Amino acid sequence: MLTRARAGRHALLVAATGAGKTLAGFLPSLCDLAEEPGFDGLHTLYISPLKALGVDVQRNLLGPIGEMGLPIRVETRSGDTPSDRKARQRARPPHILLTTPESLSLLLSYPDSFLLFANLQTVVIDEIHAFARDKRGDLLALSLARLQRIAPTMRRVGLSATVSDPDAYRGWLAPDANEELVDLVIGDPGAEPDLSILVPDGRVPWSGHSGRYAAKQVMELIERHKTTLVFCNTRSLAELIFQDLWKTNDQSLPIGVHHGSLALEARRKVEAAMADGRLRALVCTSSLDLGIDWGDVELVIQMGAPKGSSRLLQRIGRANHRLDEPSQGTIVPGNRFEYLEARAALDAIDARELDPEVFRPGTLDTLAQHILACACAAPFKQGELLAEIRSAAPYAGLQDDVYDRVLQYIATGGYALKAYDKFRRLVEDSPGHWRITKPDVARQHRMNAGIIVDNPMLDVRFKNGRMLGRVEEGYASTLTVGDHIFFAGLSLEVERFKDSDIIVRASAKEARLVTYGGQRMSMTTHLADRVRAFLATPAEWHRFPDDVREWLEMQQRRSRLPEPDELLVETFPFEKRHYMVMYSFEGWNAHQSLGMLITKRMEKAGLKPLGFVANDYAIAVYGLEPIDDPAPLLSPDILEGEFVEWVEQSMLLKRAFREVAVIGGLVDRQHPGQRKTGKQVSFSTDLIYDVLRKYEPDHLLMKAAWEDARARMTELGRLARLVERAAGEMVHVPATRVTPMAVPLMVIVGREALPAGGEADEALLIEAEALAAEAMRED
Amino acid sequence: MVPLSFAGLDFLAEPQGALWWAAERALLVADLHLEKASWFAKRGQFLPPYDSQATLTALTELVERTGAERLYCLGDSFHDKFGCDRLPEAARALLLALTARLDWVWILGNHDPGFADHCGGRLVEEAEVHGLVLRHEAQPDDLRPELSGHWHPKLRLQVRGKNVARRCFVASPTKLILPAFGALTGGLDAHHPQIMKMVGDRAAALVPVADRLLRFPLAA
Repeated sequence: MLTRARAGRHALLVAATGAGKTLAGFLPSLCDLAEEPGFDGLHTLYISPLKALGVDVQRNLLGPIGEMGLPIRVETRSGDTPSDRKARQRARPPHILLTTPESLSLLLSYPDSFLLFANLQTVVIDEIHAFARDKRGDLLALSLARLQRIAPTMRRVGLSATVSDPDAYRGWLAPDANEELVDLVIGDPGAEPDLSILVPDGRVPWSGHSGRYAAKQVMELIERHKTTLVFCNTRSLAELIFQDLWKTNDQSLPIGVHHGSLALEARRKVEAAMADGRLRALVCTSSLDLGIDWGDVELVIQMGAPKGSSRLLQRIGRANHRLDEPSQGTIVPGNRFEYLEARAALDAIDARELDPEVFRPGTLDTLAQHILACACAAPFKQGELLAEIRSAAPYAGLQDDVYDRVLQYIATGGYALKAYDKFRRLVEDSPGHWRITKPDVARQHRMNAGIIVDNPMLDVRFKNGRMLGRVEEGYASTLTVGDHIFFAGLSLEVERFKDSDIIVRASAKEARLVTYGGQRMSMTTHLADRVRAFLATPAEWHRFPDDVREWLEMQQRRSRLPEPDELLVETFPFEKRHYMVMYSFEGWNAHQSLGMLITKRMEKAGLKPLGFVANDYAIAVYGLEPIDDPAPLLSPDILEGEFVEWVEQSMLLKRAFREVAVIGGLVDRQHPGQRKTGKQVSFSTDLIYDVLRKYEPDHLLMKAAWEDARARMTELGRLARLVERAAGEMVHVPATRVTPMAVPLMVIVGREALPAGGEADEALLIEAEALAAEAMRED
Repeated sequence: MVPLSFAGLDFLAEPQGALWWAAERALLVADLHLEKASWFAKRGQFLPPYDSQATLTALTELVERTGAERLYCLGDSFHDKFGCDRLPEAARALLLALTARLDWVWILGNHDPGFADHCGGRLVEEAEVHGLVLRHEAQPDDLRPELSGHWHPKLRLQVRGKNVARRCFVASPTKLILPAFGALTGGLDAHHPQIMKMVGDRAAALVPVADRLLRFPLAA
């Protein structure tokens, strides 16, 4: 790294976790500053996606700096930094500042940013793989472009975990997307991980996706290892698994739970206990995918399907941060399909096949936020700023007219009906010379800037004010006083509601789990391909437990196992209903969408659909009439009219719209505690969406929401591929009874089934009324 | 529209939140909040400037469907008292056509006291029709049957892990609160203590769906 630095080259360092990447990234800066003790101003900027990482890096840097007696000031800056310190940092910056993409963007919105960064030598970007491809990556790429203009000789250094396509990241990091300008440094890969699949007593269950049946065996593993991390795929599952483990924790070992909706203080406490070796196990979610290195973790357990090989590898890498020793990891598959997925992930890791990484063009809402930040810092020239923006890789292809529309959008909302000229935020003093109209615009921007948009949440607290964490508003609305919930590892009784808080007290009663909405993580396409290959290759089956092998053999006898390119569709009657099961392997999210579409078509075809269920691997729809010919239900024209109409009405696009409306600065962010109580709540972005869809469907934010839905919610693309495949490769097996492969789905019919039809919400309401009537009936 | 009876009178309820009173040839709506978007635009949030147009188009369709001769707006018809001055041309034309055609009654709310009625219609504080009091905000101590708005009631439920939210009416034996009709009006959970305080504990949330009125008891 030192040689590259001396040559003034940009660099990307790719290495496994625990290889000392971060320190290597800083070494040139430390040497520089040691050689030039009088250096005045900000020398190096360190950016990581996690605030906590900055704090940890500061600790790791202060050690060597102190030991060598170097006069180097290192400080952190994030949303948590007190405002007086923030102000001082701008007036008298440290040599090294550790921050996040959001905080950097805010710094760039101040007029003094031109002075602050004038002498900047290096910017170090940590965990680049974790966010380069999302909106925070867009924001950072734009900020880098701006920094490079302020400090033309600034060096960019990226640090990344192992990725499948390092050159794509070089391009992302480079000015003008010119990857030639970025040297690639590959670190020591370290020892191969030691991975296994846990199959208690050779049994793999038919259904479920938590692996909770193995709680006893997992507890035994925890007992045998010094420290264990137990990864779960959702927050609810983490709470559930923690509860299960606690019940079998006969030795009362100290174990904890950690997820993104727990109170910050609670998370910090658990993290500290973990760092000090006071915990034997921590049940966690993707909230710990990144973060502080804990040298003492001996074992990583993945509950449920791994979903992707890189993700699994990075999670496993959280164990044993010494390069020369293998990390130990175990997967607990939730059902038989998940067993195949787990096996596929291990094979992929053996073959060094990592998750495919899709880079998409920069998002427009993020661009709008950035341009407004630039305008808050100083008036700008339209052409100059466009050139600067295009030097950021995600925006290299930004079209002139789109850029113009973004400017108009920031200035007055960008509506065809020019209603808001008198309220403009940006004004052109002379052609191409823009400035903000009043200081309020900058104040409002700084209050609302940011990339993470949470669902509206309510705080869960004890009466004494201690916060436990947050639950989504939608879930909270289903709670009433006296309800019992299991949250933050505790049984709690709801005592009362106070403003935006839910006040709880500890309870010993059985409680229901807190659930969170939103998307589920889908299995990556390359794991899906491997699972399909397993089905088509009986020679591989000897590697599977008896349960799984016999299941596949029976399927082969009774129905059919699809070839890798084939789309198998089975139909059969069961308990007076007619079922159609499609093994499409496109993930839970895509299957949910497809379920809605197909049942709508069945309605039109008079097949009287009743509902559908889906998992990551297949979808089952059922109704009162037999489906003799599945092909028309999946004809390619489903992607035209019905599909577009359905997406526009679905939560998918509304959720995307909400995000672009907040990030793009159309609506103000709701700050915690500022929520109105009683009286009327402010507006909802769903309503804005409905009005806009009706009167100006081509508005910039509608475009942004659609692009989000298409690019980021990959299931739309997967749906399209699936339908294409269906046209040529569908194989229909009419069976006389339930087939073995259909069982995992049939088990959840009735438990998770969604009613059929487009008016699903209405059907749910009618069902709820019936339940309420039943509950309230006076006998 | 589905039948809804209240205080011995027969109405039809419409999913967006209007009531049709056939005996009086009258439509009743609450909380249009016209020009809410431009109110926010002034404060730097550029909501689509089509909310009044959307609301008034929906009203015009209802008037045509029912053949209404009279229309009562139960207050907060404009988001603020200057709202009427900001109406874009298309929306203004819609409103003028409606007020010219109907006996249009503006009942004043807390958002729009003293607004100037450039657009026609009569302004009243409250009204009494066939023993039914029409006002903006329910008065718990008034025992006469009463129709009001103000609270924007909305029913939120979680069914099979899915959140469902709908505008709803809230009814007790003597009080009926209408949902907000405006295109950009949010809602307050029908279970909210402030709504419950108005209607007492024998209330229910009523949700019109395609062919009937769903009834959800709101007992605390």
